[in-house]
Formats: sequence, structure tokens, C-alpha cells
Amino acid sequence: MKNRLFYFIPYSLWLILFVGAPIVLMLGESFLSISHHFTLANYQDFLGSGTYLQMTFNSVWYAFLITLITLIVSFPTALFLSNLKYKQFWLLLIILPTWINLLLKTYAFIGLLSKDGSINHFIELLGFAPQQLLFTEASFVLVAAYIEIPFMILPIFNSINEIDRSLINASYDLGATKWQTFRRVILPLSADGIRAGIQAVFIPSLSLFMITRLIGGNRVITLGTAIEEHFLVTQNWGLGSTIGVVLIIAMIITMALTRERKKRGRK
Amino acid sequence: MTQTIIEFKNVTKSYEETQVLTGVDLTIEAGKFYTLLGPSGSGKTTILRLIAGFSSATSGDIIFDGKRINDVPANKRRVNTVFQNYALFPNMNVFENVAFGMTLKGVNKAQIKEKVTTMLEMVQLAGYEDRSIDELSGGQQQRVAIARALANDPEVLLLDEPLSALDYKLRKDMQYELRELQQRLGITFIFVTHDQEEALAMSDWIFVMNEGKILQNGTPVDIYDEPINHFVANFIGESNIIDGVMREDYKVMFAGKEFENVDAGMRPNERVEVVLRPEDLDLTTPENGKLIVTIDAQSFRGDYYEISAHDDDNNEWRIQATNPSVLNSRQGLTFDPEDIHIMRFDESEDDFDARLENYEE
Repeated sequence: MKNRLFYFIPYSLWLILFVGAPIVLMLGESFLSISHHFTLANYQDFLGSGTYLQMTFNSVWYAFLITLITLIVSFPTALFLSNLKYKQFWLLLIILPTWINLLLKTYAFIGLLSKDGSINHFIELLGFAPQQLLFTEASFVLVAAYIEIPFMILPIFNSINEIDRSLINASYDLGATKWQTFRRVILPLSADGIRAGIQAVFIPSLSLFMITRLIGGNRVITLGTAIEEHFLVTQNWGLGSTIGVVLIIAMIITMALTRERKKRGRK
Repeated sequence: MTQTIIEFKNVTKSYEETQVLTGVDLTIEAGKFYTLLGPSGSGKTTILRLIAGFSSATSGDIIFDGKRINDVPANKRRVNTVFQNYALFPNMNVFENVAFGMTLKGVNKAQIKEKVTTMLEMVQLAGYEDRSIDELSGGQQQRVAIARALANDPEVLLLDEPLSALDYKLRKDMQYELRELQQRLGITFIFVTHDQEEALAMSDWIFVMNEGKILQNGTPVDIYDEPINHFVANFIGESNIIDGVMREDYKVMFAGKEFENVDAGMRPNERVEVVLRPEDLDLTTPENGKLIVTIDAQSFRGDYYEISAHDDDNNEWRIQATNPSVLNSRQGLTFDPEDIHIMRFDESEDDFDARLENYEE
């Protein structure tokens, strides 16, 4: 028993130093004014200001949009992949982009979407005037969804892949059509994967800031952008921390809403 | 009464390079208990999957109730399956599992409830409606799977090695229960197993399979007493199989001696294989024995002793005896002419049946 605890030392140190301590510091900071006195003003500012509430709403709304689009793309993809012969290989191809640095991928999109980019070249080739693609809400959602898709596909694929083939046969055997089999067997049995995927996409999407700047051109201001602004530009660490605390609370709520529920008994 | 319900006409099935069924013909009559018996990879489960509609035949016709059903999807066939691993839906409780087929058809709630209750009573699980699947033991899951399949009122119930995951005692009980259930309901059962004991105990009719072919079909007694070839003799029960020569009708020579027997219809001096079942052999004094054997080993099996011995021609003999023997002693071995069964090399089932009919008349 002692031995096992010994192996846990490196990670617990890591947890304390880089997870525990920062959260405590952030909580503490959120109750400090710029002149380092205890205050509730940060929370008053946050809750009393239409701008911050708007930002919170924006964050949740865009995270919701990004998650929804990712889910709509990922579920059929995962379902399709799980029926392929060399599924692990195809899955690898989908996972591959996650190995490339996020910033690089974002810059690649700037190249694609900019006024002088490949997509506009193509549009011109078809005889239309070039469009403003970069720095729009749509491009922000598109790029964010692109980046998050593998994190949604992976857990959904895993849960579909784990469904015993004979369960699907049993469903057909008992007279179910393809659609009924999907609705009553495949979908409920992949619910855990969908939940995990939503968590993996929605939570990080709440605090995106780099993509909001580089692709969204600050047209979309989320809590992530606000935190960056307060820490790096206005140096108001107190208010920045308060927003951080709000984000953590939002994450906890998301986790609670998507946690696995033990379903029992009749509907 | 004997109405044909399923027929296979020269059915083959291949997966890419490998052929898993080669030219299978079979006829299933309504209301009987059939068993497909064979080692793993013999093609027995493939036949079941073809009937259920989970895979399609490469060539040949599958006839159900007089209609070709090769292209009918699984959900439109009036057969239901009990899967090897039960395949109960883990996201539903016992009630929802049994009701699954009926809810798809849109049967009204009261009727569903009544039917589920009847089905669960039938498999002795009354009151288990609200249990979740992972709370059930293997034997209980098995029963739910049977209830779920039968709740759909199939004309044929397919059972894919359903007892293989159960322990010995439970398996025995389930064998009786399944047999009893089949006789009570009068539904055709097609049961797949690799366990010859199970097949003999439960079936009206057995198909013995190996390497994608049906080697022999018949009643359990026929197959046990008159196996057509080495494989069947070895697979069904324990056998002593010895090379011999058929001198003339009703006279066979093996182990250096000539014996009277009851087989005929072969060429004079044809080389054959001779089968003697261990339980048909008796040990006696050397003077009374038809053969003299030396006892090599014996083991106690509860209801009998299994004795292994060799004769002066160095043939191995397995004998089942009620009394123990003495190691290394010389004993007489005796058997009756009817106990000797002759198998010709490469004789097909049709030829075998034709020959039997010829000399028995």
C-alpha cells in the first residue's frame, strides 16, 4: 500500500502545484482590488455589467453552436467509420490533425479564408466578387468546430465500436428496421460517448480566445478573450480571476448536466 | 403433420477465399427439434445465420414455407434467434427486452404486458420485469433471451450454442427445459452445438457437420449406432475404430480374427473400418473371450470404469466396465455380432442409406 502511494507522488505534486494552487490563487485574487485589498467589487462589476453578462451569454452560445455543429458532423462520421473494414486506420487519419499545433492550423485557415486566400481565388474563378470570409462569426464557428471535431469523433467512435454486433443483429432479428435499430439500440448505447464528446468540446470552447482573435477578428468576444485582456492589457488581475471563477463554475455545471445517469426501471 | 418449413438447396457460402459451406442440402420439418452438430468452424453457425438472415448465401436457394427467402431481410423473417452471448439490450430492463419485438409492431400496451408476463412465467422468471440485465445471472439472462425470442411468435426458433456459457449442472437443467418447452409449444427449434451429448439428449434429428458439409443426418440413435465414417464415429461418443477386411457378407476380419457380423452389401475382401463402442465391450475370462487383451490403464468415472487395453495385434481398445480390472492382466474381450458396425471408406450418405435398404429387406 505504501509503495503504491509512493508512485503517486510525482503526479500529486503536479496536481498541487499546477492545478490546486492556481485555483486557490485565482479564487483569492478574485476577491482582491487593484490595490490588493479584500473586496467583492469584482463580482459586483461582473454581475452588474451588461457587457460581461453579454460576454458570458456569447461564450455559452458560441460554445453551444460549436458543440452542436461538431456533433452533427461527428456522429454520422463515427457511425460510418465503425462499419469500415480498416476502421482503426481511418480513425488515425481523423486524429492526425490533432498532432499539429493549434496555432499552425489557425494560421493555415487565415491563408485559406483571407481576402487574398485560396477560397476567394476560387470564388473569383467562378466569376463572383471576393467575399469577406475572415473575421466573421461564421468563420470563427467553422474553424473552432474544425479543430474540435476529432475530440468529438473519438469518444463517439469508441462507444459505437464497443456495441456488440450481435445486439444489432438481435434488433433486426426481432423485427426492427434500420432506423428503429438506430433509435432504440445504437443511439442509447452510444450515449456515453456522446456525453464525453460534448464535455470534451463544450468546455474548452467556453474559453477560446486565440481563434476569436485570429479568425473572429474580435467580432466575437467571449470570456476567454476577456480574461486575456484583463491579465495582459488592463492588468486588472482581480476581475480577470473573477471571470476565471465564473468559467470554472460553468464547467462544473456542464459536467453535472452531462454526467452519466443510471437509468433504471420503465419509462 | 410433417410439413416442410425450411429447405436448403445446394447452398454455398464463401468469405472471400475461404469456403465455409459447400453445397448444403437440408430439409427442416415443422414442429421438430433439430440440432446442427459439429466442431467449431464446421459451418453450423453459418447455416443458422443464413436462416436468420444475418448473412446471405453465395449460391443456392433457401426456401421458407415454400418461398425463396435469400433476399428477404432479417427483420422480415418469421424466425427468431437466441444468441450465444444472449445479446440482451443493456440499456433496457427485462420487461423492455422481452417487449422489444412487440413494441416495434405497435401492439397495444395491455397486450404487451400480458404477453411479457406469460413469457416470463414460461421461463420461470415471473416478477423479474423491472430488473436490469446486469443484475441477472448467466442462466437468468439465458431465460430472458429465450422469452424475448419466443415473445415474437416465431415459426422457427434458432439457438446458437445457447448453453455453452453455463456451468454443467445448469446446462443439464436447461437441456431438459428447452426440450420440454419445444414439445409444449410445438415450434421448430434449430439448435447449434459442438457438444455431442447435448445433441443426443435433446434432438429429434441431428445434422453432423464438418468442414462446411453435412456428413450425416438422422435420429440420435441412428447416428450413434450407425455412424457413416471415421469423423462421425469419433465425434459422437467414444469409439474403438479398427482397420478390417469385409471377407464376405456378414463376415468381417479384424485384429487377426474373423467375426460374424450383421453388415452386408460390400465387395468381397473390401478394406473397411470397424467400430465398436466402449460400452458394448465386456471383459471376461480369457477362455470365453473373442479376443485376448492386456489391461494397460483404468480410471474411475463415477458410474463406470474406463479401461484401456491392447490386443495381441497391438490395437488399442477402450472399454467401459462396471467392475475394476487388474492392471497388466490378460483378459478376454467379448461382444455381440450386432455390436460390430462397419464403415466403408468414402461412402456418401446416400450410398450408405441405399446399401442399408438393400440388404435389410
